[in-house]
Amino acid sequence: MGDYPATDPSEPVELVVIGAGPAGTAAAVAASRAGIDTLIIDEARTAGGQVYRALPPEMPVTNAAGLGPDHGVGERLRHELSASPVRAAFGHRVWHVAPGGWVRAVGPQGLKSWRAQRMIVATGTVERIMPFPGWTTPGVIGLAAATILVKAQQVLPGRAVVVAGCGPLVAAVAAAILKGGGQVAAIVDLAGPGEWLAAMPALASRPDLLARGIGWLGRIRAAGVPIFFRHTVISAEGTESVTAALLQPIDDTGRPRDGRSRRIEADAIVIGHGLVPSTDVTRLLRLDHAYVPERGGWVVIRDEVCRTSDKRVYVAGDGAGISGALAAEIEGKLGGLTAAFDLGRLDHATYEYAVTEARPTLHRARRFGNAMGRMMALRTGLLDVARTDTVVCRCEDVSRGEIEAALADGADDMNRLKSWTRCGMGPCQGRFCGAAAATLVARPAGGREAAGTWTARVPIRPVPYEAFVADYRYEDLPFFTAGH
Amino acid sequence: MTEQFDVAVIGGGLLGCTTALFLARAGKRVVVVERRKNICTQATGVNTGNLSMMWTRPYLVPYAIEGRNMWATTSDWLGVDLGFRVRGGLKLAFTEAEAVDMQRDMGEARDGYGCPIEFLDGEAARRIEPALTPAVVRAAYCPLDGYANSLQTGRAFRRVLKRENIQLRLEAAPAALDCGDAGHTLHLPGRRLHARELVVAGGAWIEEILQLFGLSYPMLCRKSQVIVTERMPATFSTVISAALGILSLKQSDNGTVLIGGGWQGLGDPVRGPGQIVPENFIGNLRLAHYAIPALKSARIVRGWLGLEARAPDQQPLLGRVPGHARAWIIGAIDTGFTLGPALAKRLSAIMLGEAEEIAAFDPGRPMPPCPVQPLPVYADEL
Repeated sequence: MGDYPATDPSEPVELVVIGAGPAGTAAAVAASRAGIDTLIIDEARTAGGQVYRALPPEMPVTNAAGLGPDHGVGERLRHELSASPVRAAFGHRVWHVAPGGWVRAVGPQGLKSWRAQRMIVATGTVERIMPFPGWTTPGVIGLAAATILVKAQQVLPGRAVVVAGCGPLVAAVAAAILKGGGQVAAIVDLAGPGEWLAAMPALASRPDLLARGIGWLGRIRAAGVPIFFRHTVISAEGTESVTAALLQPIDDTGRPRDGRSRRIEADAIVIGHGLVPSTDVTRLLRLDHAYVPERGGWVVIRDEVCRTSDKRVYVAGDGAGISGALAAEIEGKLGGLTAAFDLGRLDHATYEYAVTEARPTLHRARRFGNAMGRMMALRTGLLDVARTDTVVCRCEDVSRGEIEAALADGADDMNRLKSWTRCGMGPCQGRFCGAAAATLVARPAGGREAAGTWTARVPIRPVPYEAFVADYRYEDLPFFTAGH
Repeated sequence: MTEQFDVAVIGGGLLGCTTALFLARAGKRVVVVERRKNICTQATGVNTGNLSMMWTRPYLVPYAIEGRNMWATTSDWLGVDLGFRVRGGLKLAFTEAEAVDMQRDMGEARDGYGCPIEFLDGEAARRIEPALTPAVVRAAYCPLDGYANSLQTGRAFRRVLKRENIQLRLEAAPAALDCGDAGHTLHLPGRRLHARELVVAGGAWIEEILQLFGLSYPMLCRKSQVIVTERMPATFSTVISAALGILSLKQSDNGTVLIGGGWQGLGDPVRGPGQIVPENFIGNLRLAHYAIPALKSARIVRGWLGLEARAPDQQPLLGRVPGHARAWIIGAIDTGFTLGPALAKRLSAIMLGEAEEIAAFDPGRPMPPCPVQPLPVYADEL
């Protein structure tokens, strides 16, 4: 008996696309149209990702027009996917990937294993929330999470809501709450009017979206919602649940500065400090990454057509740096076509024509998306509001003070911090605390590059033990290492 | 300029740091040279922390007991409590055939080595550990077994090295070594060290370090996987293993369950710990579930692996580098977390002339040929 299984149980497939948001869906559709045997995998029940998330099937659409333009785009993507020959594995959680094309998932029918000749990673982003006193109080929720709540579930986060943070989601969520009949107690924007003005030329590259933004602002103005530019929430009051938010003006880095602080009564605080590209899969695949703050943080290094440092892997969409949903869809299409071309299934002329045709739209979309990405870039001074006893890692209850004590003892990178304090070891696997912890480690380590990243581990997301147990007999357990 | 030391220890894991500590306390000027950014980051820091008297070879039991007692008293010699707990250990036989083998390995073979082991039928085992599967036909029980917190070892040693004025050179992979009558000159990136004595304590990287002496010393590499669950309600208390020897299982104070036992992942000393092998990950989880069915309600949150060296004859290395009177090796110890402190303390005593060398551990002993390790079907994952 050896140490390893003698056979590979994986089902061969030409292309696996991980993630069925705009990038993944477009990639799968484009590749499959070129004749590539394509499988798309997503945890959700349908395509759309976070931005174009479908309403739950239990919730019939009674007023499609009222759902906004995103709903229509999502429906188009879902239609294109279902009309294509793509095989879809929805309701499947990818728990393991490995260089060489291996992808393992758990789904309703149990464990699945595929081996792909090419892989397109389109895993999108996770939300970043920098900790502040009271941020773990019930009633404080993420801005992106609130978007799902309001848009896809049509549930309001509270009766009187403070909407805070940065980027376009602040206004979008505030407008959606107002539209849903809720009250917005205040809008708190990290950016100042000057930053928005500076972003205007880039925003004008997407007149449709600019018009939507103006629409949101109109609704916010009409409701008389107070807007605090260049402010942040320095603490959430309340013990059982949120009762008020304390606001303070900030400087360029997000650090609170002298000035009038304000107390806004509210039963919910919706807050988000930007989006971070998901690199769980790409780090497991050991692709080359770089730290690019204005793109959201650590991002995969790739070329214009989504090729990475591993010729078998392509990365498309916000998972490779914040560019927005439209850019994601175009990138996805390019990634799918490039995979088809690299597999020898598209002739050079057809491929070049498609790339050339997509380029101007992609540049325009990226111009807009990158401007938004810059506005959502991490402002490290925000962490100054966290006190010694403020929890940074909420899964493992690790405070800022405990992190700084470990740093003083010589924890000089993310993995040492994790080992010495348990920060990032809980069920969120470091997704919520990662940016704050890295900001703290970067100070003594000498920058985010030196601080590094958590080592990517499997399962990529927590998996119920039961899923791995399935049916087995003791006699059949593969005691590969019985010679040990 | 060349810095002068009495002893240079190559490798900042448990073995290297403990050896350095006891030598420094005897008045030696010691430096620890570590190729990574920090100490105790490999096998020392990523193993499960289990301390079992039943997992080690019988003649090593006295060292296992001494090692365990050192983990129990880290406050005294390391200056910090490292979470030592006595939980009792159960080794489980699920078939009559396994029970016969277990009786031999845990019984007669261990007689006279000072390890109290009691044999129980399934019912008696379930009285000690109610969460056990009814499928247990027989169990061996050792009341000494328990665990310590391996995650905190690096932090504890960083503090104690500083306190004892032991020099630490991080990100310092030796590029060359000159051996002479007066000692050894170690060439590190940007600096040189001179030490009268050298200790090779490089874990899975011993073979590579011995190449600096011009020695070809083929060794095996184990790439053992570990899996941890989310915190779950208190479910079981003992440290569990299987007669077949490929299970280790315990619930930590914080409620997480650590699952291991030597299921192999992918990796090697050149490329480091690579990746888990899914079939071995799943097999390990199923065997653990077979022992404690209630684990089914947990969620799996993380898996990883660590590299360990083994000599071709599977015995520890503790003694002089072949052909070198003033250079020493310590490593290749199965259940090294348990035995490590005791064996490292012993090495320091040998170097100080206070203890005898152990012939069975002599790195210069005749070795069988090193077997070729199997390559998995997933070989090109690396």
